[in-house]
Amino acid sequence: MGSTNSTLSRIPNVEELMQETGFTPAHIVRLYDRFEALDKEKTGHLRPQDFGAINRLAMNPIGDRIIGSFFSTGQETVDFHSFVRILAHFRPADKNRPKDPSMPQPVNSRTSKLKFAFQLYDQDKDGKISRAELLQVLRSMLEMQVTEEQLESIADRTIQEADLDKDDAISFEEFRKSLEKVNIDHKMSIRFLR
Amino acid sequence: GKLDCVLSYSDDFKHRSIVYSFPDAENSNLPVFTMNYARIQVPFEVTLWVLLASFAKIGFHVYHKITFWVPESCLLISIGLMVGAIMHSVHEEPPAVLSYNVFFLFMLPPIVLESGYFIPTRPFFENVGTVLWFAVVGTLWNSIGIGMSLYAVCQIEAFEVQDINLQENMLFAAIISAVDPVAVLSVFEDVSVNEQLYIVVFGECLFNDAVTVVLYNMFNFVAEMPEVEPVDVFLGVARFFVVGLGGMGFGVIFGFVASFTTRFTSNVREIEPLFIFMYSYLAYLVAELFSISSIMAIVTCALTMKYYVEENVSQRSCTTIRHVVKMLGTISETLIFFFLGVVTITTEHEWNWGYIMFTLLLALVWRGLGVLVLTQIINPFRTIPFNFKDQFILGYGGLRGAISFALVFTLPDSIGRKKLFVTTTICMIMFTVFIQGISIRPLIEFINVRRTNRNLETINVEIHSRLIEHTIAGVEDLCGQWSHYYWKDKFLKFNNRILRKILIRDNRAESSIVALYKKLELQNAMEILDTVSGDINAGSSIVSLQYVYPLSHSSACFLSLSLSLSRSLSLACSLSLACSLSLSFSLSLLLAFSLSLSLSLSLSLSVSFCGLVTLSVSLSLCPPGCLSYTSFHIVHPSSLTHYPFNLNRSDGYLRNPEGFGLGSIYQG
Repeated sequence: MGSTNSTLSRIPNVEELMQETGFTPAHIVRLYDRFEALDKEKTGHLRPQDFGAINRLAMNPIGDRIIGSFFSTGQETVDFHSFVRILAHFRPADKNRPKDPSMPQPVNSRTSKLKFAFQLYDQDKDGKISRAELLQVLRSMLEMQVTEEQLESIADRTIQEADLDKDDAISFEEFRKSLEKVNIDHKMSIRFLR
Repeated sequence: GKLDCVLSYSDDFKHRSIVYSFPDAENSNLPVFTMNYARIQVPFEVTLWVLLASFAKIGFHVYHKITFWVPESCLLISIGLMVGAIMHSVHEEPPAVLSYNVFFLFMLPPIVLESGYFIPTRPFFENVGTVLWFAVVGTLWNSIGIGMSLYAVCQIEAFEVQDINLQENMLFAAIISAVDPVAVLSVFEDVSVNEQLYIVVFGECLFNDAVTVVLYNMFNFVAEMPEVEPVDVFLGVARFFVVGLGGMGFGVIFGFVASFTTRFTSNVREIEPLFIFMYSYLAYLVAELFSISSIMAIVTCALTMKYYVEENVSQRSCTTIRHVVKMLGTISETLIFFFLGVVTITTEHEWNWGYIMFTLLLALVWRGLGVLVLTQIINPFRTIPFNFKDQFILGYGGLRGAISFALVFTLPDSIGRKKLFVTTTICMIMFTVFIQGISIRPLIEFINVRRTNRNLETINVEIHSRLIEHTIAGVEDLCGQWSHYYWKDKFLKFNNRILRKILIRDNRAESSIVALYKKLELQNAMEILDTVSGDINAGSSIVSLQYVYPLSHSSACFLSLSLSLSRSLSLACSLSLACSLSLSFSLSLLLAFSLSLSLSLSLSLSVSFCGLVTLSVSLSLCPPGCLSYTSFHIVHPSSLTHYPFNLNRSDGYLRNPEGFGLGSIYQG
């Protein structure tokens, strides 16, 4: 515990961070160690290249999108706070959270998780997944296995299934509705190690 | 020949004798009607029993409400009880269906094959740790716990069972502690609990066979030996690994051999399903040969085989396999429960209130405790921990069934209280199947266990789930954590690179997204075809799949040949000119094989749905005496730019149909 406390003391605003994200001190310390391990030049910030150094992430079909989601628009570096905030999306939902509509949704609620997934598709951030964006994601996930025609058919069918207002794109509400029967909390949670 | 039996008296009426004589050969005529029952007796009776049990099944479904509240297993046992009572009253012996050999060699394999074949693989592999944990440790806990406590109960003088020693108690406990796949599956099939719970109960009952086999053999061995050495315990543990891993190993080997064989069966499609059954049965028998866990062998064989075989065999063989597997499994299950009822009445029982009541109580208690303790230990390792409701159902759903019954019958007769054991086992089975089986559905509703919605097959869900999986894998790598998907990924790579090349004939790696897409398109096309043939005209209805051969690109002339499925076979050749009415000449072959040529004028209307599928209906008017037909064509948008009656267009651009599956049926 001694080393935990000393590490914690090196992180600025750690109390606020824990409250915002719901991570325990042990989680924060482990994530900080990981952050430092990635931050080879010890600048206190991460750049896209630092993420790219993780081999398995580079091989992930949507690896570049995941990395991109850490960097909010315009920013070129990620500090520890933003790093943790994004990762907090993947915490399992708290079971006993009182459903208070006036309070903002916590970072790991179902809606926030869905928003995260949505913005992986929606790279131009216009609030809709257009056919082209869907095609891009499908292409990167299916790689060599299908022809372009098949990809387009699949994309057409996907949009046709989900698109309720017929604008040939999938809005966030349509996205949410198409996944209403899926247990997002189970699928999009990671058990963070201590 | 027939014997004549003659009662004859001696002349002084003092002696009677019965004389048997063959009739004189010259006097007998050719028998017109003879009966030879002995020859067909065995197959005949088997068929009758199967039919009787199946009629019972039909009967249940007459009243829907019954089958909703009472699982079929209970109903079948009840019918069996009635039949058993009838047989007992006429002093008939029931066929020895639940004897050791018949049960384990013929009745059990189909059911286990069915469960193994239809295991949902993805959830299974995601939960394999939990499944094995409950199967192995849970069964051990139950056996040892029940055995020890029963021994303690036996010490109580009031129950008069002091002659059952520790080994016999442990042996008995080993028999009744295993959760039975037949009983569990028949109950859980109708009730939908959440996927995680289902797969753990399902997996546990299949994979606890290894432990049961080892414990049974060990205690059987020990019960006959005067003393136990510590070496034997150690050997028991070693035997467990041999049994368990051996079973799985054999299953995997036979699975791979089966897959490899089906790679070469493209020319013998009719016997393709045979290989599946033969190889899985062989796996089972070879495992029985070596006294290792045959259930695990056949389950692993089915698991391994399914994936590769379904890619190699034809669509028809695939359907056949699935249907036959299900059919055999259902027959076996029906027969087993039925005979459970019959044999209950006809065996000799020994009733002992104390022993039986305590067995029931202890079984429940130990199972409950076991589930609680084991879940506490394993929950931290699970992504989705089990809450208390899940645990309750997990504990409550531990039904015992016919396997225990068959095992108890094979106890050596040297065990003095064998009849008591038989009676207790039957009580246990009846209790769990009837009381727990019937009450589990209302309980699940009452305590509101997390349910699963089974109809999740939309392409959206598949794609987004895949995206989420990749995301999770990526984030886990980012955090430097051991990823759940690490092994899955490794296996998939190994699979794609090596296994698929060897085992699958036509190796094109196919993503699940594409597979689902094809499946959904096929379903859609089938639905449309089905609704079409529902609307049958007075004449024939033609549902046509047309292949279009463009005559030229610049004109809209085309010749289309359509093969149709209809009440009367008709070959329709239609020639159509752009912006014109199409003239179709149809040759229809009626059932009476008369040829009639009809000239018909056809009009067609095309409606497109969501830009994806275009339905065009063409009605043709024929001169009287000919058949009128309506034809429906399904059109895929990516190929079509020509509508036969588009008066505005005089050119038609037709692309050669090329696509995949029924999703692309083209019409010019």
